[in-house]
Amino acid sequence: MTAGLDFENWTCPLPLRDTPQVVMGHGGGGAMSAELVEHLFRPGYGAAGADTELGDSAVVPVGAGRIAFSTDSFVVKPMFFPGGSIGDLAVNGTVNDLAMSGATPLYLSAAFILQEGTPLAEIGRIAEAMGAAAGAAGVRLVTGDTKVVDTGSGDGVYVTTSGVGVVPDGVEIGPRRAAIGDAVLISGAIGVHGVAVMSCREGLEFGTTIASDTAPLHGLVAAMLATGADLHTLRDPTRGGVAAALNEIAHAAGIGVEVVERDLPIPAEVRDACSLLGLDPLQVANEGKLLAFVPADRADEVLAAMRAHRYGSGARRIGTCVPEHPGMVVARTALGGTRVVNLPLGEQLPRIC
Amino acid sequence: MRYLDEFSDPDLARKLLDQIHAATTRPWAMMEVCGGQTHSIIRHGIDQLLPKGVEMIHGPGCPVCVTPLEIIDKALAIAAQPGVIFCSFGDMLRVPGSSQDLFGIKSGGGDVRVVYSPLDALTIARENPDRQVVFFGIGFETTAPANAMTVYQAKRLGVPNFSLLVSHVLVPPAIAAIMESPRCRVQAFLAAGHVCSVMGTGEYPALAEKYRVPIVVTGFEPLDILEGIRRTVVQLEAGRHVLENAYPRAVRDEGNLPAKAMLEDVFEVTDRTWRGIGMIPKSGWRLSAKYRDFDAELRFAVTDIHTEESPLCRSGEVLQGLLKPHECAAFGKQCTPRNPLGATMVSSEGACAAYYAYRRLELVQIR
Amino acid sequence: MCLAVPGRVLSIAEVDGTLMADVDFGGVRKAVCLQYIPDATIGEYVVVHVGFAIQRLDEESARETLANFERLGILQDEFGDGFTRAAEQAGADG
Repeated sequence: MTAGLDFENWTCPLPLRDTPQVVMGHGGGGAMSAELVEHLFRPGYGAAGADTELGDSAVVPVGAGRIAFSTDSFVVKPMFFPGGSIGDLAVNGTVNDLAMSGATPLYLSAAFILQEGTPLAEIGRIAEAMGAAAGAAGVRLVTGDTKVVDTGSGDGVYVTTSGVGVVPDGVEIGPRRAAIGDAVLISGAIGVHGVAVMSCREGLEFGTTIASDTAPLHGLVAAMLATGADLHTLRDPTRGGVAAALNEIAHAAGIGVEVVERDLPIPAEVRDACSLLGLDPLQVANEGKLLAFVPADRADEVLAAMRAHRYGSGARRIGTCVPEHPGMVVARTALGGTRVVNLPLGEQLPRIC
Repeated sequence: MRYLDEFSDPDLARKLLDQIHAATTRPWAMMEVCGGQTHSIIRHGIDQLLPKGVEMIHGPGCPVCVTPLEIIDKALAIAAQPGVIFCSFGDMLRVPGSSQDLFGIKSGGGDVRVVYSPLDALTIARENPDRQVVFFGIGFETTAPANAMTVYQAKRLGVPNFSLLVSHVLVPPAIAAIMESPRCRVQAFLAAGHVCSVMGTGEYPALAEKYRVPIVVTGFEPLDILEGIRRTVVQLEAGRHVLENAYPRAVRDEGNLPAKAMLEDVFEVTDRTWRGIGMIPKSGWRLSAKYRDFDAELRFAVTDIHTEESPLCRSGEVLQGLLKPHECAAFGKQCTPRNPLGATMVSSEGACAAYYAYRRLELVQIR
Repeated sequence: MCLAVPGRVLSIAEVDGTLMADVDFGGVRKAVCLQYIPDATIGEYVVVHVGFAIQRLDEESARETLANFERLGILQDEFGDGFTRAAEQAGADG
């Protein structure tokens, strides 16, 4: 839907209608750049971008408390996939990074690197997705930048979002706080986003009803904090999946993690897609889920709070922090054996073997 | 009947394990040929649940592991050429050649693409008539029919810009070579279920007889693996050595006749070098004369590339069950999953990679 | 080498003179070449490896295999250590 694009006031010598693609001039910082902001980004962002500052920086109130600050770049291909787009990921990804510290996310910046030749209509769709995601998450897109590069095949939009939020006093959430005896919780079904994106990747196309789970999680975190429980660690298992996230935390905290395979919430379609391609669901990316390490005696309470929230309805306990094998994550298999859950090496590739 | 979940049932698994324990009175060493079976064993922790005396020696049934270094270097040489679109299964991208891997070629600007099926490569060739499109045709007998059909279609539909870099290997000669090795410790084989889905079981009774080893055709789900092991132990304990089919739902004695006919047409037997093992006579397939035009090795004139394996790497001995991964001096030091020296560390099914993953736990527990 | 997965044939069509099928893997669907199982019927299960059906799945055989697993150990429960004794005896003979 590109209704937000306003072609009426374009003064570009090459009107949008005739050359509907990004050209080098759009990144030049002059009139063309300004028009791109005014007639593509701002309408696309809608209400979430109403304060977008055209000056060098946005000056915003933050109130009391410590500032959480995060940045992330998004390069996903394809840019549009079942359940969302790079725009959704760009907003929710940074919102979630802030939320994992217990912060209330407030403001985002968005910097674009566009490949020359990319259709403006696609960029408009991305801007709209970002505006909608920001609106749903309650954050403002307050500043940004656009550059254009001439490499590639004209289908590239790379977005970097940075975000600030405020962490309430008394909240200390981080990987080093994970402690022996902690319960490991997951907020819902895993492997969904990765499978959705893979299903439309060239060379792998397969039909599925799985759609990305991209979602802003700070509301869920707030509900968990409201129980009064001392949340030790939160992590959204994006690239590298649950396997990467658990390994990083085990390593940072110097503790072992034991996961019970039977308790992992893996949807049948994710399992089947992974079977087909030879992938491990534990290594597949998630964009709307979080892992939580909480004191065992508060686990049930926190789970109840999660399940009452729309983004935590499938929440489950999946494991425990143990003194054995510090730094390693071990899964108890359905058969009663054990296997080490390794840190994924790099990109997950489909295998035949 | 979903054909997957039922064969992972933990209660039936327990029954099978109990039977294996009850039947085992002496130590036995058996080899599962297929990398997919190794993966399943490790993935489900099956090897830890077996009786202490039953040892699984991980076989060379991983085409990624055994693709000769020379062929990898040829693949790299072809992929690096301008205008070439080099298509491959995902497994091969991290396999190291003499100096780098396909990922390296890709980051250097080469057009390297992962596909799920060789037919996807043919589609790419048809969509890019002005580019040379090469498919890396590795695999055992299971994958050969797919590669054969692709070349057959290329010829039939007239797709001259397509070619195949062939490195097929065969299971029965590998079993023979392993048993001929003087220090061989293998007393029985779990034959590769899906290889037999294609080829049938006809080549195995003679091997069982000649080398006096039980050969049990085995599937891949936990219950299939356990049943394969159970039947093997029962034979070993009884002093029998015959072929059994423990995967009858997907394996018939005659195999797949249309597939075998196609293989007969497209490929011919050749000597093949197995990485880490050496040359095994008549253990591979290459394109037959009729399809030689589609042979990438000839088309790209890379026949002169000859390479030597790393002197540090002892994967050949590991593949034959003569050496345990952690007994190799380079294990975990110069040779890790991130910087593999040889075949068995490259693929996650390779014995060394598997050891690196799960042995870490055992070593920690011993401390 | 052998990552092959069972799937159910949903529809069959000829594409460029090649027999292809739309196969369902429990919710995930993929195009699969059926040239090696040319007499496959809709609703049948086939084993698929890299986009090719390499063998059909024998449902009856699958049921029998599972039933055999269920029966394992029943005799032992009834008759005591029969299997072990038999194994020991056979080992002594062989």
